[in-house]
Amino acid sequence: MRIAIRYAPLAILALLWEVVTRLGLVSRALLPPFSVVMVAFWHMLVDGTLIDNAVPSLLRGAAGLALAIVVGFGIGAGMALGRRFQAIMGPLVQAFYPLPKTALVPLVMVWFGLGATAKIVLIFLGCLLPVILGTYNGLRGVDLVLVWSARSLGASRGAVLLDVLLPAAMPQVLTGLRTATAFAFLLMVASELIIANNGLGFLIGSLGDDGAYPAMFAAILTITALGFAADRAFAALSARLLRWRT
Amino acid sequence: MTPDSDSLGIVVAHLSHAYAPTAGTGVRALDDVSLVVPPGSFHALLGPSGCGKSTLLYCIGGFLPVQSGSIRTARGVVTGPGPERGVVFQNFALFPWKTVRENVLYGIGKRGVRGAEARDRAQHFIDLVHLTGFEENFPGQLSGGMQQRAALARTLAAEPDILLMDEPFGALDAQTRRIMQEELLGIWRQTQKTVVFVTHDVAEAVYLADTISVMSARPGRISRSLAAGFNRDSDPAVFKRPAFTELVEQIWEMVRAEVDQARRPALAAPVVAPA
Repeated sequence: MRIAIRYAPLAILALLWEVVTRLGLVSRALLPPFSVVMVAFWHMLVDGTLIDNAVPSLLRGAAGLALAIVVGFGIGAGMALGRRFQAIMGPLVQAFYPLPKTALVPLVMVWFGLGATAKIVLIFLGCLLPVILGTYNGLRGVDLVLVWSARSLGASRGAVLLDVLLPAAMPQVLTGLRTATAFAFLLMVASELIIANNGLGFLIGSLGDDGAYPAMFAAILTITALGFAADRAFAALSARLLRWRT
Repeated sequence: MTPDSDSLGIVVAHLSHAYAPTAGTGVRALDDVSLVVPPGSFHALLGPSGCGKSTLLYCIGGFLPVQSGSIRTARGVVTGPGPERGVVFQNFALFPWKTVRENVLYGIGKRGVRGAEARDRAQHFIDLVHLTGFEENFPGQLSGGMQQRAALARTLAAEPDILLMDEPFGALDAQTRRIMQEELLGIWRQTQKTVVFVTHDVAEAVYLADTISVMSARPGRISRSLAAGFNRDSDPAVFKRPAFTELVEQIWEMVRAEVDQARRPALAAPVVAPA
């Protein structure tokens, strides 16, 4: 019931969409009615089109994101804990930060070809910075007094990293990961739109080229739903890990 | 390993400490400070803010490097933090992601005690600070006074010989502070720890300490040390006695003189005594 109330605005939007298209306020060529889109969605779900394209997309997204988490955490932690490493990496990170990673699509395609590798590399590059920054800021922001109290309770320098720095930095690390997850979806679709032979981004692009707008909208709604589900799952995991923050 | 009885306390000899020079000269926080805290005694460091009393405490804690001079305890020369010197911080410094029980268990675990024995010991210290029933709460769910009780239990549970306390009750309201002072004295009488207690509250120092060192600012020095000793008396109304109020007044005058002294060079006009 609570969930129904919380997501009522979405239902109202769908209804509004249906009404304005049925009344002819918006051309049906530009925006097919919601119910027509849902029918197209059902057909693509039953004939396997959606699943056949969603699976490779999600695998690429997961691979790129996982790689970015491992490497980004390493770089962020290295920068926070090593002054020399920070001196080297700091300017690189700053320079790379404002670059829209989608600008790298053609270059990465040239370097890594047209297969999955190029897309995973792009997703990795897009997700890397939020992970680095979340880790770095999280670790740098740890109150020194927490480190001192652990040391005076008998923790070795190494133990402090696991016992204090990591859990204290966790809220910001998770914020970085959440941003990275959103970026993974962005780069997944962008790379597949430009060049691919499967995936949800490819599906949206090819359906659009064919003028199959109801099906194209269905594919867009699918990716929206997947992104939303990923974000909700992530929020639930965060709430579990950070349940001490009441 | 039978340490001399006199070396079980703390011996600070000719300690100086300057914070990192930023604009040419460093800030001399401590200048040639010497201090002997006998084992089992309660020593208060009192002074205006910026007099270096917390710096001295953090040097003893091993958090700040000794630049010149030396600090010794029964375990030898202090070169870094160690579990024989437990610390209680003004802002509690509890691990917010751990429950009260997990916080108290942390130092016990670092001492190599595990399982049922560790749980029993944690419970003993949680009971000692009257936090029974709040074991599974996170620090964020507790009041300031309760958080400081938890921090005290965590420090005591690691069984240090020495307790270093940095204005531990400074963030608490007046009533809670009073109760915490009484309880600290009770625990101190039971456990016989050597205590160094930093405060800027004169009455608190007189109430708690055997000896009070009044510090002066810029550079930080110990200007006077006085015996108090009201802490051996368990009369809760001890602070109403004339001898108590007289000592508070006497020390107040010294602290005021230190504050004036510290201010003088910064003022163009002579300081006018308040009416």
